[in-house]
Amino acid sequence: MSEVIKTDAVIVGAGPVGLFAVFELGLLDIKCHLIDILGKPGGQCAELYPEKPIYDIPGFPMVTGQGLVDNLMQQIEPFGPQFHFNEMVESVEPIGTPEAPLFRITTDAGQVFEAKVLIIAAGGGSFQPKKPPIAGIDDYEGKSIHYAVRKMEAMRGKRILIVGGGDSALDWTLNLQPVAERIILVHRRDDFRAAPHSVNGMRDLVAAGKMDLMIGQVMGLKGADGVLTHAVVRGADNVTHDVAADVMMPFFGLTMKLGPIAQWGIHLNENLIPVGTETFETNVPGIFAVGDINTYPGKLKLILSGFHEVALAAQKAHRYVYPDKKLTFQYTTSSTNLQKKLGVA
Amino acid sequence: MPNITFNDSTGKSQTIDAEIGSTVMETAIRNNIPGIDAECGGACACATCHVYVDDAWIAKLPKPEQMEEDMLDFAYDVRPGSRLSCQIKVTADLDGLVVSTPEKQG
Repeated sequence: MSEVIKTDAVIVGAGPVGLFAVFELGLLDIKCHLIDILGKPGGQCAELYPEKPIYDIPGFPMVTGQGLVDNLMQQIEPFGPQFHFNEMVESVEPIGTPEAPLFRITTDAGQVFEAKVLIIAAGGGSFQPKKPPIAGIDDYEGKSIHYAVRKMEAMRGKRILIVGGGDSALDWTLNLQPVAERIILVHRRDDFRAAPHSVNGMRDLVAAGKMDLMIGQVMGLKGADGVLTHAVVRGADNVTHDVAADVMMPFFGLTMKLGPIAQWGIHLNENLIPVGTETFETNVPGIFAVGDINTYPGKLKLILSGFHEVALAAQKAHRYVYPDKKLTFQYTTSSTNLQKKLGVA
Repeated sequence: MPNITFNDSTGKSQTIDAEIGSTVMETAIRNNIPGIDAECGGACACATCHVYVDDAWIAKLPKPEQMEEDMLDFAYDVRPGSRLSCQIKVTADLDGLVVSTPEKQG
């Protein structure tokens, strides 16, 4: 396990609101580490709608999801935020006092942080592989149904049914084909979203008789005690077939799940975190919730609301990080002190 | 205003006045139609507003764009009339449209 990282603030979620929190905290000399389950900054903006226009960011008549993320990254650069991608915060343990909070924060990769404040900017929760709504699928998960493969060797000699038509499905098809007994790729249409060279690679393997491609949809599973024997596939001709398989790997994109936040000792209200509108602090002193994940009377799930929320949360966070320092309100337009922090004075 | 009929998987049916220019998904959400989740809010990014368009109406709707077809890959039990309701704009021509919501959204 790597060393404990000691920092002022840990931000959970690197979406637009988490990124802007770096700015507001940074102006108050609060150093931040950000943790996100995705492999890149931007959250939903980058993952769900990078090319889509957003029209309600003040000062931008139109900006794309990715454009906004790129601008925010540029805006927070002077504060040197540290990013930890492809990690999810698993546990949060309070080790301080309500007056001087301190949290031990552990990710699923085993990284441990000690932070004086925790900012939850987790949006709709963490992005996780979408589970296809096939009856009884839970019984097979982890044993015969996998959403990723950690050890290729474990797949040696297996009949693997891969479902989907995007890059994940095609990449796993090509990677596992040499070790598998047989790869059967199932997709609902003979048209693939994946990169053309992967699709061509797959078609070559099919033409050479080295794997199978079925056009259809998986409607059911057969097996016992979590051990899969067959997938029930309905073909384009509407006829269902039992396809023999030891392993199934479904790739139906990502969905958002609240995840382990429910176990952090914070009050929740229908999967949202209630906060006060003065400081956006949760019921736990030192833990703040901002952006889409929080709730309060009149809450609007807008990016601009999140930006406002982090500015106010930062004021209270300052009291925890610098209990002895008085905070004077300053403008970036006129304060040399703030301009120095931004690297422009 | 055009009427849209929503049938759910248990056989219940509701007919609703839809606003021209809004989408079938927005119409459903505004009227608390069960069986449409619309997780992404209409960005064609989640496939949880999947509906089956009645056979008689499939050909009358503008064809799905590539993005919608791609996103339908993530829906469960896709059939010939499958569409994402956030991508169907309500027009006067759609008066009488009938759609069914699936048993579950992916």
